[in-house]
Amino acid sequence: MVTENDIWGYLEEVADPEIPVLTVVDLGVIRAVKLENDQCFITITPTYSGCPAMKMIEEQIIEKLNEKGIPNVSVDLILAPAWTTDWISESGKAKLLEYGIAPPENEVDKSVLFSEPTVVPCPKCGSRNTRMISLFGSTACKAHYQCNECLEPYDYFKCLK
Amino acid sequence: MNSLFEYVLRLGDDSLILGHRLSEWCGHGPILEEDIAMTNISLDLVGQATSLLGYAGELEGKGRDADALAFLRFDREYKNVLLVEQPNGDFGMTMLRQFFFDSFRKPLFEKLQHSTDQHLAAIAEKSLKETKYHLKHSSEWVIRLGDGTEESNARIQESLNTLWRYTNELFFTDEVDNELVEKGIVPSLQEIQIEWNATVTAVLTEATLTIPTNNWKQEGGRKGLHSEHLGYILAELQYMQRAYPNMQW
Repeated sequence: MVTENDIWGYLEEVADPEIPVLTVVDLGVIRAVKLENDQCFITITPTYSGCPAMKMIEEQIIEKLNEKGIPNVSVDLILAPAWTTDWISESGKAKLLEYGIAPPENEVDKSVLFSEPTVVPCPKCGSRNTRMISLFGSTACKAHYQCNECLEPYDYFKCLK
Repeated sequence: MNSLFEYVLRLGDDSLILGHRLSEWCGHGPILEEDIAMTNISLDLVGQATSLLGYAGELEGKGRDADALAFLRFDREYKNVLLVEQPNGDFGMTMLRQFFFDSFRKPLFEKLQHSTDQHLAAIAEKSLKETKYHLKHSSEWVIRLGDGTEESNARIQESLNTLWRYTNELFFTDEVDNELVEKGIVPSLQEIQIEWNATVTAVLTEATLTIPTNNWKQEGGRKGLHSEHLGYILAELQYMQRAYPNMQW
């Protein structure tokens, strides 16, 4: 008999399409898992309003659970409460760093106007002598930085909360 | 009239049309980073439009979804402000238009996230987080170009002279707003205007730009009366659905 815990375990095998080093559970987009008789309900939330990966995540979840012998899966999308980068698991943050993406620094709420860019340590050499190249990187959730010491260009997973 | 439907439709149309305008920069940005930034912001806006127009469709209750509202209405049925349909111009003009819009959306979403209408509050809470990044980006470019070289200053000042007349419409208020403000569902736009004025004055001053003294204000979008530009936008935006009705992507 499959339990909700088993389902959470299976979802650990579903990778984020944009950042495949993270699972959808690491990313914190799975908000609820519910089993009722032979029906499985999964609730997900987008990282950004226009995140183009949501449809693919939904399809991958259904495919994975079908593969595990759970035929009736429905995936629901909710907006509230809004996703924040605090929901990325600690192991997820470690995986990001390992992969070469700087994980979110804990400071977004300083004022929007007239503020200096966030200092983001280089994921390669650890130096804090880095600079922001662009606030918007290869996906909506990332900014683009470069290390002034080792010259590594890298993505920064922007803090969102 | 269904005021909440009309209100949400206006918000959704603003997001959709500005999102479309920004997408026109795809492959044409002045540098690669800004090309990517503008399309990122475009994606956020189109995402917000999907949520807003989807909700508007539910409120209307006639079976229209976000796609039906985006692809199957004519220009007079669009309720976006004139500002967002104005042509991109040069990069500075696009950033200035964005800055005017972001300075409006941030305080609006800050208030709407506490709306008694939970669906609208959820969309606002989500969108606010994105809008803060948009405003940071657009305000910095306005300052960089205004307080930049002689040429960049002259060009963005010219854009300011052109766009200024469209800014007042952001605070257009009619019976739709009045009813919802009275019910406590949405904030009064006069409140939002105070914050907008403060932000815009601070940034334009830092950018060494001069606010035009000609105070002619152009409006009409909220009532469906648009500039000629909207028709061309819709011709491109709706082409596939008009040419191949009911096609699926």
